[in-house]
Amino acid sequence: MSDKKPVLELRNVDKSFGPIDVLHEISLKVGEGEVLCLLGDNGAGKSTLIKTLAGVHQPTRGEILMDGTPTSFSSPRDAQERGIATVHQFGGTYPLMSVGHNFFMGMEPTKGVGPFKVYDREKANRIAVEEVQKMGITRITDGDRLVGGLSGGERQSLAIARAVYFGARVLILDEPTAALGVKQAAHVLRIVNEAKRRGLAVIFITHQVMHAMAVGDHFAVLIRGAIAADFRKGDKTREEIADLMAGGESMADLEANIEGYMETHDGHPPQPAA
Amino acid sequence: MTDTTSTKATEPASEGFSLIAFFRSPAAGAFMGFVVVFVIFAIFGFSRNFLSVPGITTWVNFASLVGIIAIPVGFLMIAGELDISTGAVLPAGAMTVAIVSGHYELPVLVGILVALGIGALIGFVNGTIVTRTQVPSFIVTLATLFAVAGLTLYLSILFINNTNSFYQAPAWAKSLFGGKVFGFNSSVFWWAGLVAVFYYFLHKSPKGPWVFALGGDQESARNAGIPVRNLKIGLFMLCSTCAAFAGALQVITFNSATSQANFGLIFNTIISVVVGGVLLTGGFGTVMGIVFGVLTLAIVTQAIGFTEIDRNLSFLIIGVMLLIAVLMNDTFRNLATSWSTSKKK
Repeated sequence: MSDKKPVLELRNVDKSFGPIDVLHEISLKVGEGEVLCLLGDNGAGKSTLIKTLAGVHQPTRGEILMDGTPTSFSSPRDAQERGIATVHQFGGTYPLMSVGHNFFMGMEPTKGVGPFKVYDREKANRIAVEEVQKMGITRITDGDRLVGGLSGGERQSLAIARAVYFGARVLILDEPTAALGVKQAAHVLRIVNEAKRRGLAVIFITHQVMHAMAVGDHFAVLIRGAIAADFRKGDKTREEIADLMAGGESMADLEANIEGYMETHDGHPPQPAA
Repeated sequence: MTDTTSTKATEPASEGFSLIAFFRSPAAGAFMGFVVVFVIFAIFGFSRNFLSVPGITTWVNFASLVGIIAIPVGFLMIAGELDISTGAVLPAGAMTVAIVSGHYELPVLVGILVALGIGALIGFVNGTIVTRTQVPSFIVTLATLFAVAGLTLYLSILFINNTNSFYQAPAWAKSLFGGKVFGFNSSVFWWAGLVAVFYYFLHKSPKGPWVFALGGDQESARNAGIPVRNLKIGLFMLCSTCAAFAGALQVITFNSATSQANFGLIFNTIISVVVGGVLLTGGFGTVMGIVFGVLTLAIVTQAIGFTEIDRNLSFLIIGVMLLIAVLMNDTFRNLATSWSTSKKK
């Protein structure tokens, strides 16, 4: 599909929990400097797929290939060590800890010798601020600042900058824009582009078609645990993608329905079904 | 894209903010609380020897035994857990020393080591149950509190046919673990040493942030490769071992031990930790804050007899203090996290 060699590839992966099949025959690949958008409505199996990619679950059938060789991740830690970084919706950060601490959590830089090594706060803060600024977040200038005071977009950016700094090759972003306002989301999308420019393979999970269109090179739509469509940038319009995600039901029809309802009900939209 | 302020120029000299940072830190509230209580007690106690050597040593000696346990209890609270089994571990440690070294006349160091080993074992049990099950640590340690208290009574009767015991340590051990210097018990110096070690661990060592991460977001901590389970078990073991050590110091200092559970100690440690600025929800706190919390509690409960304040009011003062502390902790948290929004461009 792409002339670039895929960094991470799934071949016919199934995942079931007991009798319940959650993922069915999933085949995906993502290469360096490429953004793969995984689109899907709630309950489509996105979370299970992410967890399978991140080493939390092992596939029931099928194989995961990294750089073309079959592999398996025994734990999230194992996947991480091989360069797969997952950033969750809320950034996976500790609100009451400083930017520097958050950035280096689990990999604290030290100074001093022998058993009396101390945490090198200045170095941690300096690198954290530098790296975050390189990603385009210039509002963070003090590594001592607590992350709880940052905006949602800044937290995401911090988490992404952290993953990039620690040598991630594949970046899995789990609904990074879902909880954000328009401006903040634009911020995060810019950072996704920056990560892509640096040659990372990005898997971007979202149900917001607009956000996917803004950064994606390659799209896969997940419906009830199976890939319903797989296409490249420019192959489909926004409306077509939205229709696909809604499970074939045409969004245009839905919109027309709602508009029709509003016209006959003094402009009130219909009550959402419970 | 256009909101780029001058980047490097705004880099602040972090050290220049140290005073502000101090007043924003949870230790500041504890320190100010301590100063207020100390000054009020000094005023009301001036004529009744509050500032005399016996006046000061009374509460400092009390603070040292509570403080040795309160700091690891605070570590656990920062990590999002609670340990109330300390009230049974301290008498268990004290009785162990009295039985092993007193009744069976083994060397005092053996008695202390056995006590510490029992403490570590109880902590291991606490930590293992908490990390392997979904049961909240409050319930787990409540269960071990009663289990250990019952076991201590039972074994005391079994071994020495008495729930209380006396033990006279050899002179060198007495001066090392239970002596007096200008009225200050040895435990005060042990406490001071442990404060330094704990301070280094939590605030200076590269492992310290992990404790905060446990209380901040455990799932992220696990993803960041922090050995969540082992660290937590380790903290529980530290806490129980410290409680057992306090028991050993107590029996060598006062030459006697009782197997009755010390329920007051549970409240004292937790009140000290909260007054010391540790958030009940975890993720925030300092060693120095806890130290001031312990000292404040010690003054109010122990030194009230050296003042003109009615002794019966001490519980009232503690209750009010605790409420103020909890409210202040919340305020400090809000202040700390809104630091950025106030000074943005």
